[in-house]
Amino acid sequence: MAAHQDGASPRPSSLADLFWSFTRLALQGFGGVLAIVQRELVEEKQWLTPEEFMEDWAVAQILPGPNVVNLSMMIGDRYFGWRGALTAVAGMLAFPLLIVLALAALFAGIADSPGIQGALRGMGAVAAGLIAGTGLKLISSLKKNIMGAPVCWSLLAITFIAIALLHVPLVWVLLGAGTLACVWAYRQLGKVQARGGRE
Amino acid sequence: MSASLTLNLTLTDWLALLSHFLSLSLLAIGGAITTAPDMHRYLVIEQHWLSDSQFNSSIALAQAAPGPNVLFVALLGWNVGLNAGGGMGAGSLSWVYALLGVVLTMLGIMLPSTTLTFVAARWGHQNRELQWVRAFKQGMAPIVIALLLATGWILATGHGSSLNNWPVWLLTGASALLVWRTRLHLLWLLAAGGLLGWFGWV
Repeated sequence: MAAHQDGASPRPSSLADLFWSFTRLALQGFGGVLAIVQRELVEEKQWLTPEEFMEDWAVAQILPGPNVVNLSMMIGDRYFGWRGALTAVAGMLAFPLLIVLALAALFAGIADSPGIQGALRGMGAVAAGLIAGTGLKLISSLKKNIMGAPVCWSLLAITFIAIALLHVPLVWVLLGAGTLACVWAYRQLGKVQARGGRE
Repeated sequence: MSASLTLNLTLTDWLALLSHFLSLSLLAIGGAITTAPDMHRYLVIEQHWLSDSQFNSSIALAQAAPGPNVLFVALLGWNVGLNAGGGMGAGSLSWVYALLGVVLTMLGIMLPSTTLTFVAARWGHQNRELQWVRAFKQGMAPIVIALLLATGWILATGHGSSLNNWPVWLLTGASALLVWRTRLHLLWLLAAGGLLGWFGWV
């Protein structure tokens, strides 16, 4: 962050620049914006170094809320305080919201045709796959998890069964399995530290 | 939509809609999409404010459109509002209700989480080496992944678990595999799904 305060690094020139930059980002992101954010902000505009991006992304991910919106807000906040945070989020959401509502309105007019019904059913099946596929992708990140594979897989299975098959309300699953997991991870981290491990 | 409902929502119902999304907001670790199963449980199963097909097409449409995926929440609100107003053809009142639905659901899902993020981001950045911060990251990881898988499952079986739906499941499974194993652009997958559906193959 220090690198951005000495005035040498590229940064958004104004709130308007911030707004349109994030609007541009959002409008390029079909089926998820993250990849675009990385390419534009780190590689093109260089507002963030790759390291800063990874750190911010980790925080955006563990805090609740849409990850990309969280990330935009953190970046906006860094340059222009709360006004920057609001501007970045507005840029991320305003035009995509108008587009998605326009699409919904258009679809509603012709939604009764069997073709459209079928197309939406097909796209819905694919969307389900996209979300599950993202989950599958992330499984490999569990290899380095401090809790170890058996605990990770148990937590994964318990959560999946509770939510997908038993329809348990999310809050109970997060309070139950989540608390257990965090306490267990805390213990494991403590053990590693006590052994003087490299973590 | 042929499967749409006609609702008579009271002020209490609208407040309940807002407060349900407010309560989900802080649980949306890993993105709003991880709370989709709970939205489905509440809106479709419990309250009957949305049909299954409205729920699924909201997510499909938001995925197909540009922008953050959280916009599916706006579409859920939009559809609840349309149902409350008697559908798209019922005139301007249903548009007002639809916009009210958008405002309430988006406000609900965004406000608590963005406020928390705003306050916590700097703190988290400064204290990222703290043991509790790291324990939270590590502990939540398998749960966040399971929530994504569960969302996929619930969306895929939303049309019922009859064996007649096997083409839908096959398509879902195939897209999951392609996302997992290839770098194919997501738009191609959505377009393929749309075409397969258009021709009545799924």
